[in-house]
Amino acid sequence: MPEKILLNSSDIERALVRVAHEILERNKGATNIVFIGIKTRGVPLAQRLASIIRTMEQVDIPVGSLDITLYRDDVSSLSFKHVVQQTYVPFDITSKHLILVDDVFYTGRSIRAALDALIDLGRPESIQLAVLIDRGHRELPIRADFVGKNIPTARNEEIKVYLSEVDAVDKVTVMRTEEGKNELK
Amino acid sequence: MSLSEPRQGVSTKETMAQPSIDYWKHRHVLDLDDFSREETDLVFEIAEGMVEILDRDVKKVPTLRGKTIATMFFEPSTRTRASFEMAAKYLGADTISLDATRSSVAKGESLVDSLRTLQALEVDAIIMRHNCSGAPYLAAQNLDTSIINAGDGWHAHPSQGLLDIFTMRQQLGDLKGRKAVIVGDILHSRVARSNIWGMRHYGMKLVLCAPPTLIPHGLRDMLEKYSLNHVTIEHNLDAAIENADIVMPLRLQKERQQSGLISSLREYIQGYQINSSRLAGAKPDVLVMHPGPMNEGAEISPDVAYGTRSLIEQQVTNGVAVRMALLYLIAGGKNR
Repeated sequence: MPEKILLNSSDIERALVRVAHEILERNKGATNIVFIGIKTRGVPLAQRLASIIRTMEQVDIPVGSLDITLYRDDVSSLSFKHVVQQTYVPFDITSKHLILVDDVFYTGRSIRAALDALIDLGRPESIQLAVLIDRGHRELPIRADFVGKNIPTARNEEIKVYLSEVDAVDKVTVMRTEEGKNELK
Repeated sequence: MSLSEPRQGVSTKETMAQPSIDYWKHRHVLDLDDFSREETDLVFEIAEGMVEILDRDVKKVPTLRGKTIATMFFEPSTRTRASFEMAAKYLGADTISLDATRSSVAKGESLVDSLRTLQALEVDAIIMRHNCSGAPYLAAQNLDTSIINAGDGWHAHPSQGLLDIFTMRQQLGDLKGRKAVIVGDILHSRVARSNIWGMRHYGMKLVLCAPPTLIPHGLRDMLEKYSLNHVTIEHNLDAAIENADIVMPLRLQKERQQSGLISSLREYIQGYQINSSRLAGAKPDVLVMHPGPMNEGAEISPDVAYGTRSLIEQQVTNGVAVRMALLYLIAGGKNR
């Protein structure tokens, strides 16, 4: 199956605007909120959400970035390694409502790793999860608070998020992969 | 610190979101002569991530949880050993440290047998220091466990070389065209040798400056044989230091006088001590480094060692970050 486009640039923008509204509604405004994006593509998504809220509420929300490599549960069983990147959270997260942002929500294992990493950085008032795509197949009891788009998938399908900041283009695609390829986690 | 550029590549799914490393081939870290530019850069990139952990209140990540790292030192050391052990502990590993001078080695056990015992205990990496050059190579030939060389004789001290270059890059950015001067007892210095190899990738000039008695025989032949054209040898400190960006004095062991390599400490100080009047010939923003331990008043004057141009404390902090990166690459994940 060739790559099929599920969301284009304006679909992504609309989904993010809606998520931004939901975040404001849930937290009764933008005070005391911070965004932390999971590397790589959670970071530009967090920046976009912050800029949407800046336009709506005239409030600057701090945005940090989180590298979860050191917290992965598969670090000792991987047959390959990942480059550790820098975590950059130049503000105190203690007593803040922290919105964790990621591109694709799948097994839940990255989110678990991210939660462990955040707890090491401080004690936020609450942690909420915002994702662009929820594709199902959870392996852990973790759910998202804000979802841009629910896309039911088969395990052998691959969801790819392209963002202009990283990939020069905005789109979300689905592609069927060969059997078993996706089991490499 | 700045938000580093997102790397190119396509996120396929959440568990694959990070770029993976397929070009790291080292099972052991013995010296920097077999490190490619790519591999050295990788260590530095990961070490930058580790620097952030060292800034935290809770300096602990679970990456090497359940792994055991052993340190086996056949020679006294405080900072290198402490630095490696902290690095292992910050990454969540358990550490055991064997003081070889008080262990079964003192009862006559051979080097390889002592290390085989550690291997039988299933440690994930052995960090070893030995007063004989080449000892870690012997260990690596005879063991399956990863060996990290924490200094062997006069030969190599790779983690020190890496942390020195990492510190230079942190301060100066691109090192291309920069001039570093290593001054002093090059003859007995494994730090100088590892820096020679490490710096070859970065387009720097390295001047080794010492009295002729403290320059190793055959150094020129080695530089020629391996085309290490970035290195020059200079006996006059004022000539060496001209326009230098970095000056790194090496410890002068007082015993060197007894062995006749220097005529007197006073004469050495006159010719080779790094002090503020000497540094006047270097670039105005010259940086001073020292691999430690220091003999203040001998190879370096106290006002320079603790002055504003000194990076000696940063070297110690960066040492932990660089060693965390090495342990992550060696002991994290299967690499076999």
